[in-house]
Amino acid sequence: MSDRGHLKKTAHLAEVPAALEAGPRGAKPRRLVSTRTIVVYGTLFVAAAYYLLPLYVMIVTSLKGMPEIRVGNIFSPPLEITFEPWVKAWSSACTGLNCDGLSRGFWNSVMITVPSTIISIAVASINGYALSNWRFKGADIFFTILIVGAFIPYQVMLYPLVIVLREIGLYGSLAGLVIVHTIFGMPILTLLFRNYFASLPEELFKAARVDGAGFWGIFLKIMVPMSLPIFVVAMILQVTGIWNDFLFGVVFTRPEYYPMTVQLNNIVNSVQGVKEYNVNMAATILTGAFPLLVYFVSGRLFVRGIAAGAVKG
Amino acid sequence: MTGQVTGRATVRAHPGRPSRLTRNLSAKIASIPMMLTAVVVFLGGTLWTVLYSFTSSKLLPRLKFVGLDQYERLWAAPRWLVSIENLAIYGVFSLIFSMVIGFMLAALMDQKIRFENTFRTIFLYPFALSFIVTGLVWQWLLNPEHGIQSVVRAMGWTGFDFNPLYDSSIVIYGILIAALWQGTGLVMCLMLAGLRGIDEDIWKASRVDGIPMWKTYLFVVIPMMRPVFVTTLVIIASGIVRVYDLVVAQTSGGPGIASEVPAKYVYDYMFQAQNLGQGFAASTMMLITVAIIIVPWAYLEFSGGRKRV
Repeated sequence: MSDRGHLKKTAHLAEVPAALEAGPRGAKPRRLVSTRTIVVYGTLFVAAAYYLLPLYVMIVTSLKGMPEIRVGNIFSPPLEITFEPWVKAWSSACTGLNCDGLSRGFWNSVMITVPSTIISIAVASINGYALSNWRFKGADIFFTILIVGAFIPYQVMLYPLVIVLREIGLYGSLAGLVIVHTIFGMPILTLLFRNYFASLPEELFKAARVDGAGFWGIFLKIMVPMSLPIFVVAMILQVTGIWNDFLFGVVFTRPEYYPMTVQLNNIVNSVQGVKEYNVNMAATILTGAFPLLVYFVSGRLFVRGIAAGAVKG
Repeated sequence: MTGQVTGRATVRAHPGRPSRLTRNLSAKIASIPMMLTAVVVFLGGTLWTVLYSFTSSKLLPRLKFVGLDQYERLWAAPRWLVSIENLAIYGVFSLIFSMVIGFMLAALMDQKIRFENTFRTIFLYPFALSFIVTGLVWQWLLNPEHGIQSVVRAMGWTGFDFNPLYDSSIVIYGILIAALWQGTGLVMCLMLAGLRGIDEDIWKASRVDGIPMWKTYLFVVIPMMRPVFVTTLVIIASGIVRVYDLVVAQTSGGPGIASEVPAKYVYDYMFQAQNLGQGFAASTMMLITVAIIIVPWAYLEFSGGRKRV
């Protein structure tokens, strides 16, 4: 806040020489500011409306009955609010022969996301710790491969990974998918943790060494408690990323374990039957609700997470 | 914990014995998952796919080499050519539009406005949604019978024609609209971070000199933000090559093959058509595309950059 006040003050000072040069008949600063303000806020409001529109349409569509959708337009608010599409999307929408709704996909996604998040963060934080505090010969080579690997399209590594998982008997299972998420989350998370641990004061590490603490002792008693914010950032990154994944879900699991995104796509894009747009939109909101909730709750930390995780693409 | 052998402890306990391997043993053991991932999956997997792209593998991977046959077939396949053309159009336009829109939004957000957090939240929320959700929402908005087209027609402009998802000549632009809605918030965030990194004195100096704001942006600020632009470019570009879920959700590659993309070609040939060789060749082409983007950037960033400093 004080920073903002300071900026305002200096901006004011900067205007003085310009005003002197132009003389007293120069443009009135107030009018100038108000025109500019209108343009700035006008554009921002139009842009905000554009970004909000799809969310609005999703919500109103999901609350209408099918007859109303057929005659009305997508932007009009529902005349008669009904929650039936939501109930149907959750518990009885059909994918192929199964008619138990999105709930199955939801629980599958929970069962995929929770262990994947925990394991990938555990593995990557230990990697980052080893890379920043216990450098051994050759460690940087592996790390470089990892970072370069983050840019390789997943399609290139899909089939070899299928073979590896089939060989160890995990292809098609939830455990296999957890491993896949751990592998592909590793580059960005390792980078995140390595950089964070490297920014911590080295004296702490050295003092702990002198006191006789070992690799795991320092990690669990000093590094982890000191790095909670970065763990939260990593968690946000992984939870939303894994929840939103489609490709790995469809490649590495059997239909009974399909995550929510895959099931949603199957429900909406199924060719049989009459299209029920209200049910489809309710299902879409249900699938998007969890990452949106994470986003709105976490706020600035989410921004920090994606700025770090943007490399993941 | 007492069993942990750290490097120095070993040296002290056995002064005569070489301790290369056991040095930092815990760190090495803890790094096994990383080493395996790096060597087996990333390096090994990539080499494996490239190697098998020269074979005639169909249902199962077989080491029966056929030279460049798969690539010749690939570049003769109409579906692949459509995929490449779509990727080029989609890539060029999404790069340009997301950079321009993202930068302009960031510049507006940087005018010391009120409710900055609210605006940022609104611009960025689509990025939290999956491509599947994004694709399905825009499939509904662009629905010709109920969506934007019908609304505008109902308002009286009966000749209004906007039906990208069912018109094979413009379907890729329909996907582009959805992609921009989802991704520009991220670009805005990165650009805003870049703008905040510009020294306030630059603005004061240009004000004192009476340079109009747009000129300051164009000739002073944007050149100063070159690193931010390059990073953003690499991020967007590597995302573009991977575009897959969005197309699956929004059009499933249709109408016909009009909105096919390379990533979808790979998936369909590997896991549906059981023509592995084609899938491997196509994914190797994707790898080459990424390499063309990444290698010059990495070269500039990590070798040229250091020299200049």
